[in-house]
Amino acid sequence: MSGIRVLVGTKKGAFVLSADGKRNNWTVDGPFFAGWEIYHLKGSPVDPNRIYASQTSGWFGQVVQRSDDGGKTWIQPGVTPGEKSDAWPPKPSNRFPYDVSAETGKPLTTHQWYDGTQHPWEFKRVWHFEPSLTDPHTVFAGIEDAALFKSTDGGESWHELSGLRGHGTGPKWQPGAGGMCLHTVILDPSNPERIYIAISAAGAFRTDDGGKTWKPINRGLKSQYIPDPNAETGHCVHHIAMNPTRPNVLFMQKHWDVMRSDDAGDNWTEVSGNLPTDFGFVIDVHAHQPETIYVVPIKSDSEHFPIDGKLRVYRSRSGGNEWEALEKGLPQKDCYVNVLRDAMAVDSLDDCGVYFGTTGGQVYASPDGGDTWTSIVQNLPSVLSVEVQTLK
Amino acid sequence: MSEATTQGNADLHTIRVALPFHLRNLAGVGPEISLEVAAPITIARLLDAVESAYPMLRGTIREYETRKRRAFLRFFACQEDLSNEGMDVTLPADVVSGREPLLIIGAIAGG
Repeated sequence: MSGIRVLVGTKKGAFVLSADGKRNNWTVDGPFFAGWEIYHLKGSPVDPNRIYASQTSGWFGQVVQRSDDGGKTWIQPGVTPGEKSDAWPPKPSNRFPYDVSAETGKPLTTHQWYDGTQHPWEFKRVWHFEPSLTDPHTVFAGIEDAALFKSTDGGESWHELSGLRGHGTGPKWQPGAGGMCLHTVILDPSNPERIYIAISAAGAFRTDDGGKTWKPINRGLKSQYIPDPNAETGHCVHHIAMNPTRPNVLFMQKHWDVMRSDDAGDNWTEVSGNLPTDFGFVIDVHAHQPETIYVVPIKSDSEHFPIDGKLRVYRSRSGGNEWEALEKGLPQKDCYVNVLRDAMAVDSLDDCGVYFGTTGGQVYASPDGGDTWTSIVQNLPSVLSVEVQTLK
Repeated sequence: MSEATTQGNADLHTIRVALPFHLRNLAGVGPEISLEVAAPITIARLLDAVESAYPMLRGTIREYETRKRRAFLRFFACQEDLSNEGMDVTLPADVVSGREPLLIIGAIAGG
């Protein structure tokens, strides 16, 4: 029988929520890594029992965790307890050294800081893991300060795909309010050489050669704080989503504006339509209806909560512009939570399930494509990320 | 604080280190660990021994690239704050003799 596993990263640990295909009765396991910020967990599409988790702390830095049994037990890849090693520099799982070698092209050492000066690139944390679609040992990591790393040994060691920072616009990239993070990594299932990424606040980029070279894909994005309407970079992209059956069609929640592209990001058009506000963080696409998309409108960039205290998911069945509010089962009074950029996901059961988590610690599930919602849990720590595994 | 330098270089000392809660969990140990370290016993050499014996702690006490103390951690021993004494200063005699542990403590910050 099919089942669902919801992987929840929070500000104080990770949780694994499990249910059978009916999605009525849920088991909550956790907290794992209690007390640590878990920015993201994601399972391998090839081996669903393999899950990567980003464990971070302002005190102790970055730790990478991996489970090979569906989240029951965890290891730090490459670290064998009790095994001594004096090798230095080590190649442990939580070392993300920026590539500054001349051989890789144009080593960049600084980016733009808040005050307009140049600032050194400094590793802070992993925001997002994206496991390979074909190999359980290969996984990508989007990090802060923005760069893309890759591991081909199950997370034991990492190397930078430095062509992204070497693109040439790097010195113009600047942090958003949450830091200069590479938060979105999308692998094209039809083309293993094509990867999309997004950075706050640099914008979206695409590679068509497996990560060697990159191009900005921000044409059509308009940002009030950028006077140049044709600015190649500088846009605060919050999240991008794609339905794997139509990999050239992308949907974006920008700082303000919901956008779509029908040509792999080369051009974007606004599809905010009748949304009550087009500020927000999450966006996702129905698993079987590639023109059905979901956002959670947030009042404004100054007030990160839903309008009028009513938590509503908005669904468009037309790929944007025409939106309907989904509120059945969601709090419609006194709700002032946020839904962060990586905190929405869909399952791939016949009746597509939609899931999202809030900064108030609730995780909501809809087993019917958004028509009705129930809370799986209500009092977790603030939710940073939600991913879903559909187990056949 | 340099009595330890009078020890011979070949001398091994059993040094006690008290770890903060989260690093204990990561290493799978109790509140305190003991390590055999050769003199002269500095914070750097002691952390080398910690990271060698407990590789899961690499990067959590010292930054990888600079090998400096992580900003929100502090080192205390014998009621002294050694955090800014430098990595190559020898530890107090009572730490070298095993009477006192080196305390690695998370700075009080955040919520």
